[in-house]
Amino acid sequence: MLKIDNLTANVADKQILKGISLAVNPGEVHAIMGPNGSGKSTLAQVIAGHPGYEVTGGTVTFEGQDLLDMDAEVRAQAGIFLAFQYPVEIPGVSNAYFLRAAYNEIRKARGEEEVDPMEFLDVMTEKLKIVEMTEEMLQRSVNAGFSGGEKKRNEILQMAVLEPTLAILDETDSGLDIDALRIVAEGVNKLKRPDRSTIVVTHYQRLLNYIVPDYVHVLAQGRIIRSGGKELALELEERGYDWLLDTAGASA
Amino acid sequence: MSAQSNYRDVFDATAHPDARKAWLPRMKIAAIEQFEALGFPTTRDEDWHFTSVSPIAERTFKPVRPSPSTLTAADLAPFTYGQSDWHLLVFVNGHYEPALSSFAQLDVDAQVMTFSEAFKEAPELLAERLGTLAPRTQAFTALNTAFMADGVVIRVPVDIALEAPVHILHLTDAHATNASQHPRTLVIAERGAQVTLVESFATIGGGTYFTNHVAEVIVGDGARVDHYKVQREGGAAYHVGTTQATQGRDSIYHSFSFATGAQLSRTNVYAKLLGENCEVRLNGLYALEEAQHADHQTFVEHIAPSCSSREVYKGILDGTSHGVFNGKVFVHPEAQKTDGKQTNKALLLSEGARVDSKPQLEIFADDVKCTHGATVGRLDDMALFYMKSRGIGADRARALLTYAFAAEVLELIELEPLKVALEALLFERFIPPDAA
Ligand SMILES: Nc1ncnc2c1ncn2[C@@H]1O[C@H](COP(=O)(O)OP(=O)(O)O)[C@@H](O)[C@H]1O
Ligand SMILES: [Mg+2]
Repeated sequence: MLKIDNLTANVADKQILKGISLAVNPGEVHAIMGPNGSGKSTLAQVIAGHPGYEVTGGTVTFEGQDLLDMDAEVRAQAGIFLAFQYPVEIPGVSNAYFLRAAYNEIRKARGEEEVDPMEFLDVMTEKLKIVEMTEEMLQRSVNAGFSGGEKKRNEILQMAVLEPTLAILDETDSGLDIDALRIVAEGVNKLKRPDRSTIVVTHYQRLLNYIVPDYVHVLAQGRIIRSGGKELALELEERGYDWLLDTAGASA
Repeated sequence: MSAQSNYRDVFDATAHPDARKAWLPRMKIAAIEQFEALGFPTTRDEDWHFTSVSPIAERTFKPVRPSPSTLTAADLAPFTYGQSDWHLLVFVNGHYEPALSSFAQLDVDAQVMTFSEAFKEAPELLAERLGTLAPRTQAFTALNTAFMADGVVIRVPVDIALEAPVHILHLTDAHATNASQHPRTLVIAERGAQVTLVESFATIGGGTYFTNHVAEVIVGDGARVDHYKVQREGGAAYHVGTTQATQGRDSIYHSFSFATGAQLSRTNVYAKLLGENCEVRLNGLYALEEAQHADHQTFVEHIAPSCSSREVYKGILDGTSHGVFNGKVFVHPEAQKTDGKQTNKALLLSEGARVDSKPQLEIFADDVKCTHGATVGRLDDMALFYMKSRGIGADRARALLTYAFAAEVLELIELEPLKVALEALLFERFIPPDAA
């Protein structure tokens, strides 16, 4: 599904990603962990197509297509979704309008009929339940004045509506209390299908109790320094990252 | 300065049928003399620094005679906001069209009439009040006074609320090419009275013409006036408009100015807070494209203590358009406990668009709270990317953000049908049809 090969990328002329390789197959859940500033969000944004990140080398293919050649909206239409670490506020654009616009773009790309506002409301009624949000939030401007938890839930709501084939969650668990964490995790799990994959970027092992990963990767200083099964997350929880960094430093 | 002397010739050649009211010709002659003495403003004038009116000054626009209008009610539909139960007064090329106008039942003893009617039915109203507010030292106002042919007077007596809004619609058609119109409005809201007024300017012709509008609004003690101006003149038109309001104690005056029309426009909204504890809101939105130029000037004069003023003006500029905003707030020494807030935001959609914004606070009282903020920006890249990451194409994302920028200030319109109509207008303008 997603194949990243020796990807390097710069931000503001500084190299952040220093050769990432990663393969995600259909149905798999991958967790990416690592210290602050190691490049996790950069990787997520590069996959989503943020123009501010300059890819300097390597390849990324998604379902056989060259992803790096596509505009961000085309990637989304192809089935990629990024739940932002810092969701953006858009005052003046209602959540309802925004979601329906996105939903219809993605339907169009899949060759499906667009839906009108009434039909869309039916879709939303179902999806809102997943994140335990009320219709009232549809009338609010996108993320404007939302609490941290509301913003994260809104990301999951969008994901539930757009039903991506590859969802990347960038620290969606940060700053959530245990209830919100459960809601987010259930949202992700409900979406799970053999043909859909998820990349979970997280700081904490606790999310992985709910979203059980098939693989865990440790990203540090722009490189994946260790990959393993879900037990690696537990080990990191216990021992932190330092022991890995030392090994990585020694081998570099 | 030869341009204005043409207007003297035009003035002298114009029949003045209003001569039966001696005060009016006197006032008009004084006005043309005043205009001659002032001359058109130049960019050396501080108030006109960013706006050259030479395109207006260099030609002589003449009022046109009334000609039988070929317009029908159907032609008006795009300009009446879908409201049939408002009081509608229609002027075509500066002349009142009774056949196109309609009045809701006036269930109270308020007066809504044209100047011509007022001369017959309530001559003292005009004699006493007309011209008492409009700034005499402004050339365009003097020109309006000299040339005004007809106008509308609204008087709402003590403690009466006029239920239905009054809509004065100024239309021009092909006959207006090279013509001028000098519409005039006088609103008198007596103590505790309430009225909503909408003044619209639009064209069904598109020729070059010049509108020079003046409105005087007297807001009595405890009265409330909601005043909307919708300027959608043709793309070749020139528009200058001045609104002067005075407010008595505990009164409320809300003004909203919407402008998308004219190649060159200047809109002045002035409020004098004469009585304690009044509230004024001056809000506005303009959207320009191509080589349009729009200049807005507001002036809030805090004369009495404990008044609050709120201003939000927003501009959207595309093409090589040029916007100017000058927000003046003057706080007299007696106006303690003044609470003033002004915000001015411009959104530039193109490299060639430009805006000049000048807040001007002059505060002579010490116990006041006055703030102002001006920003000029472009569309938020983060928001654009966020939208794109959800599958929304770049053009559409830009359009949505532009619309959202505008919608935020349209929200301040309390007259719901007007708000909905203006939202629809902007939506159509910014959101490509296949995307709606
Ligand atoms: N827009 C940016 N401008 C400059 N530096 C950036 C920008 N975004 C990220 N960085 C830098 O890139 C590095 C990686 O950041 P990031 O990908 O956000 O890390 P993580 O998500 O793993 O915490 C950090 O050193 C950060 O300071
Ligand atoms: Mg991050």
